[in-house]
Amino acid sequence: MSIMEYNGGSVIAMVGKNCVAVASDLRLGNQALTVATNFEKVFPITDRIYLGMSGLATDVTTLRETFRYRVNMYTIKEERDIEPEAFAHLVSSTLYERRFGPFFIEPVIAGLSKTSSGAFRPYIAGADLIGCLNFAKDFVVAGTASEKMFGVAEGLWEPDLEPEDLFETISQTLLNSVDRDAYSGWGAIVHVITPEQVITRTLKARMD
Amino acid sequence: MDVSFALTGKGYVLVAADTTAARSIVKMKGDEDKIKSLGPHLLMAYSGEPGDTVNFAEYIERNIRLYQIRNLYPLRPPSAASWIRRSLADSLRSRSPYSVNLLLGGYDTSTYTPHLYWIDYLGTMATVPFAAHGYGSYFALSLLDRYHDPEAPLEEGLATLKRCIDEVSKRLVVAPGKYKVKVVDKDGIREVEL
Repeated sequence: MSIMEYNGGSVIAMVGKNCVAVASDLRLGNQALTVATNFEKVFPITDRIYLGMSGLATDVTTLRETFRYRVNMYTIKEERDIEPEAFAHLVSSTLYERRFGPFFIEPVIAGLSKTSSGAFRPYIAGADLIGCLNFAKDFVVAGTASEKMFGVAEGLWEPDLEPEDLFETISQTLLNSVDRDAYSGWGAIVHVITPEQVITRTLKARMD
Repeated sequence: MDVSFALTGKGYVLVAADTTAARSIVKMKGDEDKIKSLGPHLLMAYSGEPGDTVNFAEYIERNIRLYQIRNLYPLRPPSAASWIRRSLADSLRSRSPYSVNLLLGGYDTSTYTPHLYWIDYLGTMATVPFAAHGYGSYFALSLLDRYHDPEAPLEEGLATLKRCIDEVSKRLVVAPGKYKVKVVDKDGIREVEL
């Protein structure tokens, strides 16, 4: 019994053309027993940054509160919103603070960062439970269905997807992966972040 | 070996817990009340390590009461649940963690909605339409998946709860004999007989 698989759940993020998408399943379990089917693992940090967390559910909630506090303090002190790069390092150092008694979560960060010309560049990153960042150009996965998501995403993802196509790609990747994983599933939620808006959709999935 | 259930209905939350206090294989007491009233519209069923349970429940009870005295209004169910969850999550990473599982049922008098929270000793919290802790959960959850109706009147809710208790009595080897059932709605908290 691994503590990372105790509650189940999966998260994924993908890069598109001038947009990013991040999605999670909705299951909360106690090993094989499903307790709730409305447990979201992706949270808004700013208008343009979303954070997904898979792993031990108690730490998901605790860290969401911690990040809300720290990002609020950053916003007040700096008098501006945090950028994805800075937020990724905030996540990394928050996790590394607990190096020898870690929070049991793997975070996935997705956002749009502002370039000096005023345009937006998609940004995604993942990390392990002690905060070792992984900057990916295509997609990042985490959770009990991560192996499956690697496989499906490797086959479906292509560069420069438009928001609607990216939504389809990330949804199909997540849904088909969690259907092969007993600890994930029971519905999913997808956020597509574009410079103009964030499109959030809840997906119907196999409820078994 | 504790068993507890809770379910929401139209404007109410039902909370039930068995009444046995056991030590090893011996039943020490048959009329233990394991559901605490944390305020005029908030109920908490607790189970887990004997000793920890009552100690933690009293700590929560008094702090929620202190909030009410200081602010002249009680904490609403979502805020109370968040605070209780945080207490357990902090306790988990302390020198002596509490092993207490909770079902928190409340009625929000400002939005007129019932709330139910499932919280375990790790500090995992889920907002749910129905919940169970202990061995009873393995039988009751699938039953509630089939029969639970969030819009059901109190009589129907009680009938569904009865179904759960009967199923546990029928199939669980170490089934408890007696339960205490409490309901919280717009009028406050009261005990009901099944």
